[in-house]
Amino acid sequence: MKLPKARAAKRRRLAVLLLALLGLGTATALTLTAFDDHLVFFHTPSDVAEKKAPVDRQMRIGGLVEMGSLERTQGAPEVRFRVTDLENAIPVVYRGVLPDLFREGQGVVANGKLAADGVFRASEVLARHDENYMPPEVAEALKRSGRWQDVVGPGTAPPPARN
Amino acid sequence: MNWHRYASPAAFKRFAVRVQPWTAGGALACLGAGLYMALFASPADYQQGESVRIMYVHVPAAWMAMFVYANLALAAAASLVWRHPLADAAGRAIAPIGAAFTLLCLATGSLWGKPMWGTWWVWDARLTSVLILFFVYLAYMALNAAFDDPTRGSRASAVLALVGAVNLPIVKFSVDWWNTLHQPASLTRLDAPAIHSSMLWPLLAMALGYTLLFAYLALIRIRAELIERRLAVLTHAKFAAEPAR
Repeated sequence: MKLPKARAAKRRRLAVLLLALLGLGTATALTLTAFDDHLVFFHTPSDVAEKKAPVDRQMRIGGLVEMGSLERTQGAPEVRFRVTDLENAIPVVYRGVLPDLFREGQGVVANGKLAADGVFRASEVLARHDENYMPPEVAEALKRSGRWQDVVGPGTAPPPARN
Repeated sequence: MNWHRYASPAAFKRFAVRVQPWTAGGALACLGAGLYMALFASPADYQQGESVRIMYVHVPAAWMAMFVYANLALAAAASLVWRHPLADAAGRAIAPIGAAFTLLCLATGSLWGKPMWGTWWVWDARLTSVLILFFVYLAYMALNAAFDDPTRGSRASAVLALVGAVNLPIVKFSVDWWNTLHQPASLTRLDAPAIHSSMLWPLLAMALGYTLLFAYLALIRIRAELIERRLAVLTHAKFAAEPAR
């Protein structure tokens, strides 16, 4: 079959374009894989335990605020809590203002440095919102039926009821 | 099916004139109903409180930022392979609309981030890749307008648009590939959506409204681009026909 010249040119351009996109996609995928460790926003407590995190300098750790671990210091804006990924946990100490969403069972990201005593001294604490959206009544119903952790995730907790 | 039938500028104009009023009416109805449901009728969130209402403006804007870019990349491919003037006009027409949606997404996200996360901005993979998407839109518009010969501008910017398309999967999957401060997708999960139906309907109404608004603006702007191009050709022909003095 012989194509007219214009159609042949279009086919050739389409082939070149697809090849170029394939090459570009592969190059991007390889680059992103190579820089994988630098593209994460935070390290999990397990990363730290497996020594995959840069513990000698400023870094971010993320996970859930462990249930029952939150201690507020009387008369000072200082809090202590443990960040957990349900396998490992790191004690954190932080002085400063906490975001509104901060509570036990909530996802957080803390920026700071791991001290020699194994305590993470945070200079900034951010709340991490999960992907669940629901009205308070639904949250309340889930809490009452005891299905919260099945729906939202293990280690998480519903907020205290608002008045 | 013969797609080239719709690709002729004259056929496009007939199609656009017929469809345009429907997109305008649909966009008005959906955005009106969507905004009412989002801002008044839908419940507050169990932990975000009233701030959740920003989501109804932010999430569809983010979807549109990616959807418009996908259209831009397709127009760029059509422009490079088939050298069709309608594809050039479409690319030039929709890039500013996509940039506007991306800016809306970034701004509303920042407004939500301050009360919820505790920060206006972080350099995590999702936020950074969306900012890059915004810059690619701007670069496309700048490169497109940087040549005296509009055809050369279209070719050069089409190549840029296709190179920038590798960013689209990065934007979408950044929250799954790497851990980020930004939450993962609520709707496109394997199990049921993580949004309660009382919040899902306003979101979908807004998304449909944004899409129809985009269609309406794109149709107007592509027609304007075609008229402008025609005018430039006619003006050029008129001056070329005048005898040199």
